[in-house]
Amino acid sequence: MVLSVIALVSALGVVLSKNPVTSVLCLIVTFFTIAGHYIMLNAQFLAVVHIIVYAGAIMVLFLYVMMLMNLNAEVEPQKRNWLKYAGAISGGALLVVLVAALRDASMPAVGAEANEIGLIKNLGQLLFTQYVVPFEVSSILFLSAMVGAVVIGKKD
Amino acid sequence: MTLLSIDWFFILEKILLISAVLVLSLVVAMYSTWGERKVAAWIQDRLGPNRAGPMGLLQPLADGGKLFFKEEIIPTNSNRFLFILGPSIAMLVACMTSAVIPWGDTLTIAGRTVSLQVADVNIGILFIFGVLSVGVYGIMIGGWASNNKYSLLASVRAASQIISYELPMGLALIALLMLTGTLSLKEIVEQQRHDLWNVVYQPLGFFIFLVTAFAETNRAPFDLPEAENELNGGYHLEYSSMKLGFYLFAEYINMFVSSALMATMYFGGYAFPGMDSLGVSPNLLTMLGFLALFVKILVFIFFFMWVRWTIPRFRYDQLMRLGWRVMIPLALANMLITGAIVLARQH
Repeated sequence: MVLSVIALVSALGVVLSKNPVTSVLCLIVTFFTIAGHYIMLNAQFLAVVHIIVYAGAIMVLFLYVMMLMNLNAEVEPQKRNWLKYAGAISGGALLVVLVAALRDASMPAVGAEANEIGLIKNLGQLLFTQYVVPFEVSSILFLSAMVGAVVIGKKD
Repeated sequence: MTLLSIDWFFILEKILLISAVLVLSLVVAMYSTWGERKVAAWIQDRLGPNRAGPMGLLQPLADGGKLFFKEEIIPTNSNRFLFILGPSIAMLVACMTSAVIPWGDTLTIAGRTVSLQVADVNIGILFIFGVLSVGVYGIMIGGWASNNKYSLLASVRAASQIISYELPMGLALIALLMLTGTLSLKEIVEQQRHDLWNVVYQPLGFFIFLVTAFAETNRAPFDLPEAENELNGGYHLEYSSMKLGFYLFAEYINMFVSSALMATMYFGGYAFPGMDSLGVSPNLLTMLGFLALFVKILVFIFFFMWVRWTIPRFRYDQLMRLGWRVMIPLALANMLITGAIVLARQH
């Protein structure tokens, strides 16, 4: 409960704060609270990997770029009004889609054996037996993203 | 009534253990500063600190007192909250890792079995890795909040250095995991107790881990973020008083914890040869095991200092080249070979 409140407040901070660095720091806090939720679901492995990958690597690079660019309110170009409206409309549309999807989703009560699902052993067995094809496909996706980044980086 | 059903002894035991581990790491870190100066003096054929107390043993206390009483300056153009948050994160993260290290086997006190490990989580190694990856925020936030270009450069350096060296460190650990088949540090030690130490099976993995540990703790020859002759001291340039002390202290605690990790994962932890054939009582054996671990840790700390006063600092492009072109391929090769051997032994 406390965790969810912190998550929501820091998520709002990401969107509302004027300073991009504060925004990134709020996002990091949000990731930590999400990891806390994973721990409460007994998914320790997922929680730690979430922290390593998101808070430890991706957000460090975000912060790195933000600090180097040294953005602040004066430098930022003034946004046009229609951009704000377009943003509000598309955000609202996404909300409607999410609500519609969640309304029809059935949430069966989790059984006792599901408590162990987040532990590393069960997760690994599931990933490499039942879900091996989606797992490999997603790794190919990452590989193609890496190749793309190298191609862009090489092009001077 | 639920309040009464909590195992109060358990909580008391954990609180005592956590305080003991914290005090231990703080004292070791404190005396590492003294040790560092003595080792430096010995290597450079000087005397080192010898004024305060016998052999200068009171020097760390004097230094600590001095840092506490110095004037605290927060620069006008800095971000006040983040400026204070930086050293706090550095210190917190440095102290967190010691929670999952098994400091010894179990003690039996008045019929209760007390494990000398604060938390035996089943993801021990990953926990340490996660905490390490968060550790860089202390430097980055502090460097940015100081609003000083040298500090900013230092924090940018620290970020790219730590991310680059986290990869080979993770790959070296994966090879170790394939060998041991567990993520729990306690089980890794127990395996080494009845078998050879992991360093015998993983010499290359240990070497990679050692080098990356130097980089992760920002120790020489990888102390680019605080290179004093190019950055005036780097990320802690604007810091004074105990906030500076926290940054310096966090570095020594990190050194202690990474020494403990290397001893645990590759050098048998609290296990020592001939441990089970001594025939002494289990409690005494546990204490001996703790002493063995401590000796191993001190040897590693000495090694850290020895390297610092022997090898000159890298240039930044050399550092990156070493990380990406040497360490990662080596770690990948190590992982591949280990995987192949583990697979071959299963058939």
